[in-house]
Amino acid sequence: MLKARDDQHAFVAFERVQKSYDGENLVVKDLNLDIARGEFLTMLGPSGSGKTTCLMMLAGFETATHGEIRLDGREINNIPPHKRGIGMVFQNYALFPHMSVAENLSFPLEVRKIGKSDREAKIKRALDMVQMGDFAGRRPAQLSGGQQQRIALARALVFEPELVLMDEPLGALDKQLRETLQFEITNLAHQLGITTVYVTHDQTEALTMSDRVAVFDDGRIQQLAPPDELYEQPQNSFVAQFIGENNTLTGTVSKIDARTCVVRLDSGEEIDAVPVNVTEVGETTLISIRPERVEIDPQLGPNAHTLQAEVLEFIYMGDVFRTRLRVAGRDDFIVKTRNRADQVRLNPGQQVSIGWLPQDCRALDR
Amino acid sequence: MSRSSVTGPDAFTGTTPDTALRTADAEQKGAMLAADGTPLKRSLNRALRAQKLRALALIAPLLLFVVITFIAPIADMLFRSVENQIVVETLPRTVATLDEWDGDGLPDDATFQALSVDLSVAAELKTHTRLGSRLNYENTGLSSLFRKSGRGVDEIGEGYLDQFVAVNPAWEDPLVWAELMGDPAWLAQAREADGAGPRFELAAGIDEILPRTADAYTAFADIVQTVDNDNPADEEPWAIVYQMLYLDLMDAPQIDGPPLLAEAAAAVPGFATFPAREGFAEIDDGWTDPATWRTIKTFSGPYTSGYFLTAADLRLTPDGIQREPEETRIYATLFGRTMFMSLTIMGCCILLGYPIAFLLSNLPMRTSNILLILVLLPFWTSLLVRTSAWKVLLQEQGVINDILVWIGLVSDGNRLALINNQAGTIIAMTHILLPFMILPLYSVMKTIPPSYMRAAKSLGATDWTAFWRVYFPQSVPGIGAGCILVFILSIGYYITPELVGGTTGTFISNRIAYHISQSLNWGLAAALGTILLAFVLALYWIYDRIVGIDNVSLG
Repeated sequence: MLKARDDQHAFVAFERVQKSYDGENLVVKDLNLDIARGEFLTMLGPSGSGKTTCLMMLAGFETATHGEIRLDGREINNIPPHKRGIGMVFQNYALFPHMSVAENLSFPLEVRKIGKSDREAKIKRALDMVQMGDFAGRRPAQLSGGQQQRIALARALVFEPELVLMDEPLGALDKQLRETLQFEITNLAHQLGITTVYVTHDQTEALTMSDRVAVFDDGRIQQLAPPDELYEQPQNSFVAQFIGENNTLTGTVSKIDARTCVVRLDSGEEIDAVPVNVTEVGETTLISIRPERVEIDPQLGPNAHTLQAEVLEFIYMGDVFRTRLRVAGRDDFIVKTRNRADQVRLNPGQQVSIGWLPQDCRALDR
Repeated sequence: MSRSSVTGPDAFTGTTPDTALRTADAEQKGAMLAADGTPLKRSLNRALRAQKLRALALIAPLLLFVVITFIAPIADMLFRSVENQIVVETLPRTVATLDEWDGDGLPDDATFQALSVDLSVAAELKTHTRLGSRLNYENTGLSSLFRKSGRGVDEIGEGYLDQFVAVNPAWEDPLVWAELMGDPAWLAQAREADGAGPRFELAAGIDEILPRTADAYTAFADIVQTVDNDNPADEEPWAIVYQMLYLDLMDAPQIDGPPLLAEAAAAVPGFATFPAREGFAEIDDGWTDPATWRTIKTFSGPYTSGYFLTAADLRLTPDGIQREPEETRIYATLFGRTMFMSLTIMGCCILLGYPIAFLLSNLPMRTSNILLILVLLPFWTSLLVRTSAWKVLLQEQGVINDILVWIGLVSDGNRLALINNQAGTIIAMTHILLPFMILPLYSVMKTIPPSYMRAAKSLGATDWTAFWRVYFPQSVPGIGAGCILVFILSIGYYITPELVGGTTGTFISNRIAYHISQSLNWGLAAALGTILLAFVLALYWIYDRIVGIDNVSLG
């Protein structure tokens, strides 16, 4: 995690922020979040989880029902959006259709009363930054989706804000373009040293782009962590299941100490696991194992767990094979194996043994 | 990322197999050919023909309906604004002789003689009153002149009738006339027939000996047969036929005919003369006024610009186009007032409608639906009821004045005149036409995503700047559509100004209605309507040039 430069305060801070639209339900429940200067933070979550509301509160389009939002140490709850100086990129680009690309970029500079020659220089620099220098005279309708998003990005950056908010900016683009732009956006953000808050429901996007990811669900941050930690050490079953593919087995804790626990599965087998948020013997738990950490015909050494399994389905996916197995009474257990030259292709109905290391197996809440 | 060309990062400009094939094809043959070798254009047309025919068949009933019930009547109406056949049809002989008249003084006697024949025919057909009404538009007084003359025309020539009968009582016998003028074969059939008998035919050569008599007698025989359904052989001719006979006999050097005719020819030089001009002068002085004749001559053509000139406060006179006298110039004022008031109503509708449409499109669905129903509510009540309600509200002792007096804004003695003037028309019509502004505005505003305003604000624009520079330009198509609707509807509005406009708040359409239903001057009504139509088209064209018609959107 990046630290705020002066260590005195975070650049952006949410403190006990709550939001309700109808006075009955809370959309955002007690949000506390510090964002460091220059950090790329992603808010990730399913739709309706409150992530966009948080972004809109930060931008000033929604008011917080309770709590305080601070920008660079200053409370901004009552500052109107146009005085916050925050750049914003919208999902549908929101390029003004009656203005040319250059006029779109000129708009934030004009309202800031920047001189003409200065404006032109800044517009040119911003367009070059997103490699759209030749398009200044076009109308937004004459551009492709990807090009429009570049212009939207340039427009959000042209007045040199310190904070840029992006609300699912790549949602409407195809996969290949999305990947290219993901890379460009992160590069730009880091080059310019701007703080970015990025909202998405695409976990791959969140993992590849961010310094830290805040996983939202039900109006709360479920976990706030760098991508690798998020993937490998999910703090609860929601995060484990929302980020990446995940195998789950249910059982009860039968023995527990600080670093390991033993879980008796519903089918009777006992396995070792890392206790994450289980504390007591007898608690029901959800065991989470990543599909790529499971091996078929394991040679993992003495600590490894092995279980018998039946192959139900074998899917060829190019770089990997995806095998669906029946394990401990559940038939949705997935194993991913790399497509190596010596990898055996399995047939449905085949009996195999599978295994994993205990540290890859996490006992979570149910 | 890789950049394949300068046209843009996401553009793909390589050669695909498809484009390569097509370019090669085009290079080889010049024109694109289909697989069977026919030109691609032709085979495309053939492939689409069935579709086009089906489309045509689908719109055919509506097209037919529109053509029959809308376009054809309008074309007919527009034609009426220049049509002027009535003069030449009613007075064919007079118009022909007037050709040679130079417009000074009175025309010669031949014209009066021609008029006497024309009028006799017209009086029998009862078309002289219609002609009188027509010419009365151009020269007041001609209507009564023609009505009077229609009654008196049969006395012209009676002096000659008496003298001919004095020479020989046989001239009173219808059969003598029929034998003299008619073809023997016709007469033989006519004498045996009941009723009108076979169509009258002139005897061979008689129109050379007695040309004017032959013409007048033919006209007489025609009327007797077609209008009265009688036999010319049983009817005494009109007095003017005797007048014509006298003129013909006086002019003919030598008469080569039956003894009766020779006897009359010998007697005519001793007759007393009764010139047709004096006969007409006796009926009405109007005929001795050269202005009457000038009007007839000016409007004798089959087409006229008279109605249009009248609609433009001008007047066609024999000396050329002149302006109407000051006190009768009403149409320019009316057109100007119609324009001014329509523009004012349009402006009021924008001012009142824009905020409402804005509110409608930005409120949550449920609230905006209720509001929209309130906007549409006026449509559910009859136009007459709404307008009458305004009468109740706006009159001097009405609700609005009462409230103003009660508040103390106006004193009781100084109640505002809100009705039967322009204010009344503007208030009532703004109310009636407001939905036509709100609905297109609303439907356009509905399509402007709120993210534009948000984007503008996030870029540093104040609420007003964001609205004026981002929201407003995008709502212009709605304003354009609303303005066109409101303006065109109001320019032709009729009922409301009629009811609440008094004399100063009426529109040109009220005048058109007056000419259609009261003065029955359809030609002028058509000309006014044509000018109004041209106005609207011109404004539409100007709008297209300034704003662009593709900038109009109904949503």
